[in-house]
Amino acid sequence: MAGNKRLLKELAECQQNPPPGCKIALENDEDILIWNVTMAAPSDSVYAGGNFKILIKLPKEYPFKPPQLNFKTKVYHPNVTNDENGSMCLGMLRADEWKPPNKIADVLKLVRTVLASPQPDDAVEQGIAEQYKNNRKEFDKIAKDWVNKYAK
Amino acid sequence: MPTTTRKRKAEVLTNITDVFAEPQRKVSKVHPQVPKDSIPREEAALPATPQTLTEGMDSDDDFNSVASSVDLGEDMSSSVDFGAGESDVDVDDDYQDDGAFDTTAKDLTPQRKHFEVDFKVYSPQDIQSQQDTQVAEVSNLLEQPTEATAILLRYTRWNKERLIEQYMDDQERMLEKAGLGQEINQNPPRLEVRNNFTCDICCEDGPGLETFAMNCEHRFCTDCYRHYLTQKIKDEGEAARIKCPGDGCGKIIDSKSLDLLVPDDLTDRYHQVLMRTYVDDKESLKWCPAPNCVYAVECGVKRKDLNRVVPTVHCDCKHAFCFGCSLPDHQPTPCVLVKRWVKKCEDDSETANWISANTKECPKCQSTIEKNGGCNHMTCRKCKNEFCWMCMGLWSEHGTSWYNCNRFEERSGTDARDAQAKSRQSLERYLHYYNRYANHEQSARLDKDIFHKTEKKMTLLQSSSGMSWIEVQFMEQASQALQQCRQTLKWTYAFAYYLARNNMTEIFEENQKDLEMAVENLSEMFEKPTDQLAGLKVEMLDKSSYCRQRRVILLDDTAKNLRDGNWQFNVELS
Repeated sequence: MAGNKRLLKELAECQQNPPPGCKIALENDEDILIWNVTMAAPSDSVYAGGNFKILIKLPKEYPFKPPQLNFKTKVYHPNVTNDENGSMCLGMLRADEWKPPNKIADVLKLVRTVLASPQPDDAVEQGIAEQYKNNRKEFDKIAKDWVNKYAK
Repeated sequence: MPTTTRKRKAEVLTNITDVFAEPQRKVSKVHPQVPKDSIPREEAALPATPQTLTEGMDSDDDFNSVASSVDLGEDMSSSVDFGAGESDVDVDDDYQDDGAFDTTAKDLTPQRKHFEVDFKVYSPQDIQSQQDTQVAEVSNLLEQPTEATAILLRYTRWNKERLIEQYMDDQERMLEKAGLGQEINQNPPRLEVRNNFTCDICCEDGPGLETFAMNCEHRFCTDCYRHYLTQKIKDEGEAARIKCPGDGCGKIIDSKSLDLLVPDDLTDRYHQVLMRTYVDDKESLKWCPAPNCVYAVECGVKRKDLNRVVPTVHCDCKHAFCFGCSLPDHQPTPCVLVKRWVKKCEDDSETANWISANTKECPKCQSTIEKNGGCNHMTCRKCKNEFCWMCMGLWSEHGTSWYNCNRFEERSGTDARDAQAKSRQSLERYLHYYNRYANHEQSARLDKDIFHKTEKKMTLLQSSSGMSWIEVQFMEQASQALQQCRQTLKWTYAFAYYLARNNMTEIFEENQKDLEMAVENLSEMFEKPTDQLAGLKVEMLDKSSYCRQRRVILLDDTAKNLRDGNWQFNVELS
């Protein structure tokens, strides 16, 4: 189907010329719909030094339907759910905003940007967002702790 | 359905005309159907005066001129209807109306039933032509092609006035916002083969690949474009506001392009969804909520009017529903009270019944107590009051009559029972109304069952007594009358529950009682042995028509007083 050629091309591009800070591999070679990404946090962010595992699941209808993205490494962040899913709420991944020409590399770039600069107004974790806005010092401390604990 | 527009109130009106003869028919004609363009009409529920009538129509010149010259009450499309059903009546009335328009209008206006509202049923074809007419009209005015106009209208949710105003204000901005870009491309959309093209979606780049782009030049191969549209239409139920698949592009795909691209097997679905958005976008239009019904109903009653009118409309599929809340017909009870009542019944009924059957209140602190065993010597856990479960009197007055209470009247006992009665009163009051409400609901179901059984027997009767099919139809009519009256009766109890007592309530209760009696009398007849039924035809028809008559009287009275604000409710309506 249409998706396959596109996917192979995207995968090849991503492996040859990965988006900044990302290493990309398939979860297993048989299945092109599940991608394993290791993302190094930007060095100027509070998460510096952390390596985050992200799982990308592509729907059968890809690229007509958006990919699904989960943090497998715990991260203290207003826009990532603090549960076993580690879902990140990204506008471009919503069904009504996703456009078929959008690429996984674009998504990963956006993820890295949001990782470095949280968007507390679109938070999925209200508590963390409040803290980010009102008590940055405490937020930074916990975020760094978590990086040392989970992301190294 | 072959016809385009049907007459409103067909069902009810025939019933009423049976009883109230002549004038009724004309009334139905003097009141205009809600005009096609549905200019907001204040207080549509109230009898329309000639003035509101003109206001409603005058921005729709075509409609106005044709309608007034042909037939005041009907709109253009329904003149097509002549020749079917009630047409002979219509024509007769036309002659009379033409002759003495002024007097008829004045004489007849007040005679419309207060519980009736103006409405009109539209078939899918009607809705389509309605959209087409409006698009054509605005298209002329704005000097835009029809495709662009359709997009603009959908963008402003079919609010013509707003569109024209905003368009005149800032044409460029309006077009931009509606996804029409700076200039409207006069070239019709077409598929193209381009050299050295790679589709950004599927990465195909073979020679001869067919591609498509709107004038935003986001070009993709037709396969991908189609796939994208299919998903939007089929899975996401979008049609009117599908955006270009290009990254970040907000241009809305016009219907000409869609016609070109939407696969054949999806065209129906696409038009269905388009139609749906049209009806959903207009406050004056609603889909009939009956399963599989394709009609939409237009009614001018606004949300803010719902405390003063209960706008029941009758779809051509025979389903009667409230235009305000889309629930099945619930006259005479206003929507707000219906909502409250249904919620209360869901929350309370079972609990209240159980409490009523199994508990008593402590005579001192009114705590609800369940006696789940043991003797009659009760000690309230809350206030430590000791009393007798049987007579509710103080235990100290019992002396030595342990374990059973055989005393007759002791003062403390009577007082306690009085207090108890009071605290029970509100519960009992609710249960009183609830039980009657529920009873009519259930009876309506049982009546239907009996009718279906009888119907089978009637078929037998037909062969045994030599009556024709048409002659045994009276059963069906009676059954319908019964269903309708029970529906109304049921809701009178919810209405009554919220009704505060004033000198109006007595009339209401009288009407309620009369209708109830009429209904029970008719209902009883269904239980007669089948072999007697043929002989009861006349009586049954009489009773059915009496029931309908009582229902009309009750509804008319409640609706009139609701409109005039004469009822007092023990809860806030808003």
